Amino acid sequence: MKPGVALVALLSWWRRTPLQLAMLLLGLALATALWSGVQAINAEARASYARAAQMLGQGDLTRLVDPTGGRISQQVFAELRAAGWAVSPILEGHLRLGDQRFRLIGVDPPSLPPEAGFGEFPTGGAAMLMAMAPPEVLFGAPDTLGQVPPDLEVPLGLELREAPALAPGVLVADIRIARQLLGAPGEISYFLLAPEQPEGRAPLDEAAPRLREAAPEGGAELARLTDSFHLNLTAFGLLAFAVGLFIVHAAIGLAFEQRRSMFRTLRALGLTAGALIALLMAELLVLALVAGVVGVALGYVIAAALMPDVAATLSGLYGATLPGTLALRPEWWLSGMAIALLGTLAAGARGLWRIYRLPLLAPAQPRAWARASERALMAQGAVALALLALAVMLGVWGGGLVAGFAMLAAFLLAAALALPVVLSGALALAARRVRGVMGEWFLADTRQQLPGLSLALMALMLALAANIGVSTMVSSFRLTFTGWLDQRLAAELYVTARSEAEAEDLRAWLAPRADAVLPVWRFDTDVAGEPTTLYGVADHATYRDHWPLLQTLPEAWDAVAAGEAVMINEQLSRRAGLRPGDAVELPGGWRGQVAGVYSDYGNPTGQVMLGIDDFLALYPEVPRREHAVRVAPERAADLARDLQDTFSLPDQNVTDQAEAKAASLRIFERTFAVTGALNLLTLGVATVALLASLVTLSGMRLPQLAPVWAMGLTRARLAQLELARMLMLAALTAIAALPVGLGLAWVLLAVINVDAFGWRLPMHLFPADWLRLGLMALLAAGLAAAWPVRRLARMAPGDLLRVFASER
Amino acid sequence: MLLEVKDLRKSFATSEGPLSVLRGVSFELDHGESLALTGESGSGKSTLLHLIAGLDAPDSGQIRVAGQDMAGAGDAARARLRREVVGLVFQQFNLIGSLTVAGNLAFQARLAGRHDPALVDDLAARLGLSGLMTRYPEQLSGGQQQRVAIGRALAVRPVLVLADEPTGNLDEATGDAVLDLLLDGVAQAGAGLVLVTHSPRLAARCARRVHLGSGRLAA
Repeated sequence: MKPGVALVALLSWWRRTPLQLAMLLLGLALATALWSGVQAINAEARASYARAAQMLGQGDLTRLVDPTGGRISQQVFAELRAAGWAVSPILEGHLRLGDQRFRLIGVDPPSLPPEAGFGEFPTGGAAMLMAMAPPEVLFGAPDTLGQVPPDLEVPLGLELREAPALAPGVLVADIRIARQLLGAPGEISYFLLAPEQPEGRAPLDEAAPRLREAAPEGGAELARLTDSFHLNLTAFGLLAFAVGLFIVHAAIGLAFEQRRSMFRTLRALGLTAGALIALLMAELLVLALVAGVVGVALGYVIAAALMPDVAATLSGLYGATLPGTLALRPEWWLSGMAIALLGTLAAGARGLWRIYRLPLLAPAQPRAWARASERALMAQGAVALALLALAVMLGVWGGGLVAGFAMLAAFLLAAALALPVVLSGALALAARRVRGVMGEWFLADTRQQLPGLSLALMALMLALAANIGVSTMVSSFRLTFTGWLDQRLAAELYVTARSEAEAEDLRAWLAPRADAVLPVWRFDTDVAGEPTTLYGVADHATYRDHWPLLQTLPEAWDAVAAGEAVMINEQLSRRAGLRPGDAVELPGGWRGQVAGVYSDYGNPTGQVMLGIDDFLALYPEVPRREHAVRVAPERAADLARDLQDTFSLPDQNVTDQAEAKAASLRIFERTFAVTGALNLLTLGVATVALLASLVTLSGMRLPQLAPVWAMGLTRARLAQLELARMLMLAALTAIAALPVGLGLAWVLLAVINVDAFGWRLPMHLFPADWLRLGLMALLAAGLAAAWPVRRLARMAPGDLLRVFASER
Repeated sequence: MLLEVKDLRKSFATSEGPLSVLRGVSFELDHGESLALTGESGSGKSTLLHLIAGLDAPDSGQIRVAGQDMAGAGDAARARLRREVVGLVFQQFNLIGSLTVAGNLAFQARLAGRHDPALVDDLAARLGLSGLMTRYPEQLSGGQQQRVAIGRALAVRPVLVLADEPTGNLDEATGDAVLDLLLDGVAQAGAGLVLVTHSPRLAARCARRVHLGSGRLAA
């Protein structure tokens, strides 16, 4: 037999079942879309980190920095040059234009080493110098400049000029301009060290004894911090893809089953098993290519829609700036197509194997597939138990994020595989108790339908469990975070001076007017090998009464005030293994013990709080511009206004407590906006999975429904029962999803979050959310069943009669 | 009169225009009487049976079953008549795959609210199904399945049994045995029987025979 003839025969079946073909393509396209959409976001973010790392050659140029984090004076630059050092000063700060905050980098073009790339100015110095003339220019990527309100009067009358390859959120200016904009006359943040240094220059401890060399930063730190977020997104993408593959698996499995007799005929007419499989694979390949193209295009749309929220999340959580738009990358198109092809083959593999082993002479039994699936239930239950055991083992002995996600995957897969077993058991139990012929038939028929619906129901359960798990985590986080903010942001006002001199004046002015002026003085360093921010803390009731301590020694604050101990945050405690009572050493030689551990949500790095006297003695150069002001709440607004009037302080330098809390909560909400959107999309895919299965099954269902209709049930009544059946199955699935979702939440809170962020949150339960989700599950099932049910209710008697006879 | 069919007409839409299948069919059937309906493939035998059973509606004409108007009744009324008055036996058996033999035997009687366990047991014994009550249809042979279908139709105590090629899927010996059981059961129930068949040999087992050709009946 010519394979082409056989292929035409195989494909003719799809022509007769266009709806089933549409469902298969839709499932595959949606699965590909969600996966490739998430990958597009990840690729864009990583490309952005790489661009940020290239800025100023931070990826490969050593810097000279003040170890206390303080600014360096222009005088030091002159001294370094005189001592023969080839360095270039850089000033960095944040500039607010309108409502937007930008990272401003001031550079000195004549001294900039050629290796300090600036996107399209990769050759550095000379090109930069040309580009920078005249100096009254602010460079930024088009996206970045687009965020500047068009009617805004740019300070100093600067011209905004596009530099497409600059990292998003970054503005670059001549250092003289930057100093004016940042109110930092004569100040330098750090020096870039040219790789080629002149021979015979003076040693650093003579030329600039306060400075030390800092290794190139690269984008590694940002990439490490954001890894967990991207892993999270990838896990969600994978979940959505898996849910989509359930649709494909179901559609392919049913299509193979429905064509069994055709396969036998083709084999009987001389087509070899190998040729049949090859033809079916070719058929799948064509379907995968069509769906892949649609899916990748759809993925781009999803990614573009989610990108602004992802950008906001990464900015809020990690300070990483991403463009709000998406670039089309060939590697992403290719990977999307590859995943569509691999997914289709994976979903069809079992079906192909069964067809390969199909006995040529066995009678065609439409029920064989269902019976085989029923027999497979026991084996499925055993695999589910094994996977559950694996999840437990990973939980007990595994470590790290990857083990955490592997545990999650094993747990979810175990739950999905167990679902048909549980549902079948529940229906069997109900059948024993039910009285009445309709109830008995309803339950028996539902049980018989389970094999055909189980994949779609598994997809629905995964989507619901993900929703319950993630919403429990987010809501637990929100509850904890809100309470924590109340404790942590206890001061009524937060004031930042523009210079050290102004800060001194501020303190003097505030002293008689406020109840307390508390320092918020800090610098970034390493403690116990972990990146840490070191704070000086005053001995005040604000801390003693409010600070959110998780573990503490007796009289802990007294020990901190006396300079004998420090407080550390949970992140540092977990990462460095430090507990109250443990010894700790700080830069500058301070030694003492850990007096307590406090919660510090939303912050990726470690923190140490040292008594202010020791802090100032050890690190006298630390900037002292930020302060927390305690004042009677009713006087806070007046004091803020007087403060701004007296010192002409910009709005952003005086923040009241409510504003600070609102900003934190805003960041929090945006952080989880993407998760919420992905949750909803996954539920949408599960609904499509149900619809696909029901549409496919509705044709196969007629031989079971027609006799019942013939014996005296109206089509409308049958349609009602079909709808009730789907709602019942959805309700049972939602009930089964609840413990799975709570298990997922526990893993996210107790394993994934601890590994990813370094903090552990208490788990709270939100039954109202479960109820809402249960209703959503019913709605999804109702929507999926609506069309097949309506078709049944309006089916012409002639269509039902075909079940009984082929002649008229 | 148990069944009155008068000037029944039915056509179907096809791509070449309406196809007239029944062109004024009329006949009557009395209580306890059996009628064989023969005809070529496509002559409209099954269509006529479906109309009598209330599974489809005619274009025009009358059907009265046990004095009740089947042709003019609405969907719900026809469903009630099917449930309570008519027993159906199909060529493909059309048992309910999710129910056991016992469940299938009692199904329609329970739907009609006249389930008699003693009658079901009696029918099962007469049809040779007593040892198969817990099996599912897919575990039965064709002959066994058709015996279950006959039992299901008789368990409702119908006044009219309609059988569409009940032995069409069975070998001759099995077919004969099944028909014996059907005729015997119908006779014991005192119901009327309309039997659609291709076979003149089987038709000869009925009291009356009519032939359907070109949409009309001939004796």
